Amino acid sequence: MNGDTLLYLDGVTVSFDGFKALNELSLLLEAGEMRAVIGPNGAGKTTMMDVITGKTRPDTGRVVFGADTDLTRLDEPAIARLGIGRKFQRPTVFEPLSVRDNLLLALAGDRSPRFALWARESAAERQRLDELLATIRLGAEEGRRAADLSHGQKQWLEIGMLLAQEPKLLLVDEPVAGMTDAETAETADLLREINKTRSVVVVEHDMAFVRALGVKVTVLHEGSVLAEGSIDTIQDHPRVIEVYLGR
Amino acid sequence: MGVDRTTALTLGCVLGGALLLACLNLLAPEASALHVPNFAVSLVGKYLSYAILALAIDLIWGYAGILSLGHGAFFALGGYAMGMYLMREIGARGVYANPVLPDFMVFIGWNKLPWYWYGFDHFWFALVMVALVPGVLAYVFGWFAFRSRVSGVYLSIITQALTYALMLAFFRNDMGFGGNNGMTDFKDILGFPLNRESTSVGLMLLTALLLSAAFLVARAMTRSRFGRVLVAVRDAEPRTRFLGYRPESYKLVVWVVSAVIAGIGGALYVPQVGIINPSEFAPANSIEAVIWVAVGGRGTLAGAILGAVLVNLGKTWLTSALPEIWLFAIGGLFIFVTLFLPRGIIGLFAARRREVGPAISAAEEEGVAAAAPAPARELTG
Repeated sequence: MNGDTLLYLDGVTVSFDGFKALNELSLLLEAGEMRAVIGPNGAGKTTMMDVITGKTRPDTGRVVFGADTDLTRLDEPAIARLGIGRKFQRPTVFEPLSVRDNLLLALAGDRSPRFALWARESAAERQRLDELLATIRLGAEEGRRAADLSHGQKQWLEIGMLLAQEPKLLLVDEPVAGMTDAETAETADLLREINKTRSVVVVEHDMAFVRALGVKVTVLHEGSVLAEGSIDTIQDHPRVIEVYLGR
Repeated sequence: MGVDRTTALTLGCVLGGALLLACLNLLAPEASALHVPNFAVSLVGKYLSYAILALAIDLIWGYAGILSLGHGAFFALGGYAMGMYLMREIGARGVYANPVLPDFMVFIGWNKLPWYWYGFDHFWFALVMVALVPGVLAYVFGWFAFRSRVSGVYLSIITQALTYALMLAFFRNDMGFGGNNGMTDFKDILGFPLNRESTSVGLMLLTALLLSAAFLVARAMTRSRFGRVLVAVRDAEPRTRFLGYRPESYKLVVWVVSAVIAGIGGALYVPQVGIINPSEFAPANSIEAVIWVAVGGRGTLAGAILGAVLVNLGKTWLTSALPEIWLFAIGGLFIFVTLFLPRGIIGLFAARRREVGPAISAAEEEGVAAAAPAPARELTG
């Protein structure tokens, strides 16, 4: 970790029909950091992800990525091309396409229709796809339609697609929802592995999982930051106990 | 990339069938049972032009999920561009024998050729316009629609409005396109008389050739990486944005290509049926063309060709045998195909051979089923 700021949310407010989903939210993420974001339902976790990825435009505030890129001026594809990947709670893969094609479309590279019309799979791409298929353990399934994969395999495929994008920052929404204890532990290992080369923000409900990650935790409540620190500090924080853990 | 069975079969049927028909018309003696009459040659030429339109619709509906209920507009515009050339070809042989002005302009008392008719005395100029006019209209329409993220039923409704608006405009006499009656009484094309049988055969063969070319272009597009992105956009558009793709630019490219293909179909249609008028813009025509694709098999390209030819064969037969039930028949056919044959006729064969390809996903099929009754009602009601 070199201490550079990768992502800086500065007084971000988003309101839907008068309800403030985010209220003057400020958050700072360092390059190479992994951060867990927790909070009760309606605390603004998903809205925060939507603002960072360009799906929702904030009413006020700035979202600065890297040195001086204001994300609030960009749309989803532009932000994705800057190197921000997003994993949704429900795995979303391209069902009629083969496992290999799913990864191929996600590979970092030219996204223009003109390029896609004439593109041939290069040797470098082939090698990268083989590596990815090995990482997500779907090498034997590369020719199968993504629709025919099991739920767990789809989760892995989507993670493979995110890796293929080679993002600088990865946003992961509730990665262990509906997973067994063993799968949860495996996912924690995988995220730590990913974190060696890129920054990660994990939104999660599961406290055991957050503890297993062993990273700095941000607690959101009613659209702003309630507390920040290690999991132990958080669990001893009187306000956090009151609004969240105490219930 | 090798040529697979479906492609070989499709090209073989289209080109082989057209050649066989041509031989039976030109070589078999007229008394022989094998002789194919001239009207049948032009009829097949018409079906093949329709198949080009169906192919254009399948390219956007089957692979990009854009259901256009106004594609007949691009077909008709291509047809009008060709019609304008054919009108100028008549020259002084018209009823009023005006060397410059087409009959309908003399009739409504015009004495000068409007500027937008300039150039149509050249065949090459008309050919450029056949592609350019539908292409530019599609570009402008698509740029606004896709950028504003208009999709699904809303887009379909706007395409209906587009073709309906064009129909009303072309009905007006002072538009200078022949109004209600459109353009007809064509004499020849590039000097070949249209009433000569060798010209009909030549046009029919040319249509088969261009249909095959359009099929190969569409096939190459859908099999490229571009085509795979299109399928991804069709099934999970938001996800493609988070991967860094701009779905609107992919849709725009395929939409414009599709409109140009439809325009070429229209240009081939006009000399073979001998008339173009505003009824070609009628919304029901466009809906019928969507039904051809559904019947043949959406998202298969070959199915679009098959559907267009089969449904129109049925239409030709039924509208002469039992004309009053045609609309009920096509409405019923659409409902039947949607409920029992969601992958169309091609789907029957594909299921047996377990074809690998970007077939329509289950969720998409439900969407089609849900959207089905509306256009069917419009046709039967």
